[in-house]
Amino acid sequence: MITMENVCKSYRIAKRNAGFKEAWKALFHREYEEICALKNISFTIRDGEMVGYIGPNGAGKSSTIKILSGILTPDSGRVRIDGRLLWDIDHPRHKPMTRQEKYRRIEHVRQIGVVFGQRSQLWWDVPVIDSFELLKDIYSISDPVYRDNLDELTELLNLEELLRTPVRQLSLGQRMRCEIAASLLHSPRTLFLDEPTIGLDAVSKLAVRDFIRKQNREHGTTVILTTHDMQDIEALTRRILLIGKGQILMDGCLEDIKKGNAGIDETLVELYKSYEI
Amino acid sequence: MGKYFSFFRLRLVTGLQYRTAAFGGIITQFFWGFMRIIALLAFYESDPSAYPLTLEETSAYIWLQQAFLVLLSARIFDGEILNAVKSGSIAYELCRPVRIYDMWFARETAVRLSGAWLRCIPVLAVALLLPNPFGLSAPADPLCFLMFILTLTLGLLVAVAYNMLIYVSGFYTVSTDGLKLLAASVADFLTGGLIPLPFFPGGVRQVLELLPYAAMQNVPLRAYSGNLAGEELLRALLLQIFWFAALTIAGKLLCDHAEKRITVQGG
Repeated sequence: MITMENVCKSYRIAKRNAGFKEAWKALFHREYEEICALKNISFTIRDGEMVGYIGPNGAGKSSTIKILSGILTPDSGRVRIDGRLLWDIDHPRHKPMTRQEKYRRIEHVRQIGVVFGQRSQLWWDVPVIDSFELLKDIYSISDPVYRDNLDELTELLNLEELLRTPVRQLSLGQRMRCEIAASLLHSPRTLFLDEPTIGLDAVSKLAVRDFIRKQNREHGTTVILTTHDMQDIEALTRRILLIGKGQILMDGCLEDIKKGNAGIDETLVELYKSYEI
Repeated sequence: MGKYFSFFRLRLVTGLQYRTAAFGGIITQFFWGFMRIIALLAFYESDPSAYPLTLEETSAYIWLQQAFLVLLSARIFDGEILNAVKSGSIAYELCRPVRIYDMWFARETAVRLSGAWLRCIPVLAVALLLPNPFGLSAPADPLCFLMFILTLTLGLLVAVAYNMLIYVSGFYTVSTDGLKLLAASVADFLTGGLIPLPFFPGGVRQVLELLPYAAMQNVPLRAYSGNLAGEELLRALLLQIFWFAALTIAGKLLCDHAEKRITVQGG
């Protein structure tokens, strides 16, 4: 179970106009703009649920995922995952940090899997299997579990041919399949997918979707998915959370917002329009 | 401990792949070695009595310096770590159940060892064959050799702990390029990378020998030939241990502080 309560996050962004004169001026005096990325975000996600987290560019999707994965500190609010208190900014304890608190991030990330579609977690210069072996050691995955998971992932994501290839020689889609496998080797209970089907061909897309569904069905993995590909959402999730300008605007079922025969993308555009985002 | 060793091992394997870089490095090291020796020889000939090292000690210093450059120089950085902070792939590293500092320490140590391993053998082999006083002579006695290995290890640890400060500072400055350049240039001078520390004038030299920079290459390179021995060597050894501990503690504290306020930019 994941609960977010009143989470806020703002960024300070240095802004200037184009040109040499402006650049020179900015050396001495910088203008900052406070951007509120998340305003009072609250939601609850039950175990084994698959949730689509959607919204236009810059809405705060990735910020939310980063906070949930423990790598971005919110300004205020509380986040609880599977009973573990991940962030509790409103009630900072003023005693010195205990050893346990210090390694809270480490305890947390052991239980989650993350795919950032825009970044790579595989080691560029060595074959994929070397990265997998490293992850096995990092997460202290036992031999039988590792073998089972690797066999399953290899079969479902069709990785047989790719494992012995250096990562730099993989195509984007091939690499993405390996990235997804890498995030699941340690059988995480919760999976955060930030645009996981970016750059995939039709066959790989279907394979990845099937695979995520299967993980959810058979292992009860909780999945939070952000994407701009509405077919991903349609294929995988029943519940969607719509975020815009840093606020949760809608929390409901995909069927509820669909009107008649309208395509899913058109539906979304209508939805964005109705919320003026 | 096991997982940090795995990082170490993978980085070692990766490092061993760069054969062309190693070959280029060997050539450079020979070139620099000869140039340094010839330059110092010119000083020696002008006034041998004012010369702080013997010619044999100088040659040993230069050749060992060239052979173990990658191991001890504060100029060597792990591009992957610098890039991770700059490009944001640090996001994934933070998603692992590992301590960032320890993981980076293991990786940087591996980078240095793999680089030095490929380069040191040919340089040492040729230096051992060169005629005296221009070549590398055998260590003065077994104790000297033992102390050389010990201080070499400590020198490596101090250099890595020093560079860790630069990596961690990346959390604060977005790009480490400027700081890296500054730190490397200062270190090059103060470690004795350009001119061995014994050549510095009295007072300056005494201060420099107390700094962490002197604990990097100055100690092992002079311990080999017995130029640094006895009580002086013991003092240098203790300083190495002190600086390794101090830099590591500072780096870890800084890293803890940084982790709490990290922002990974971009989607």
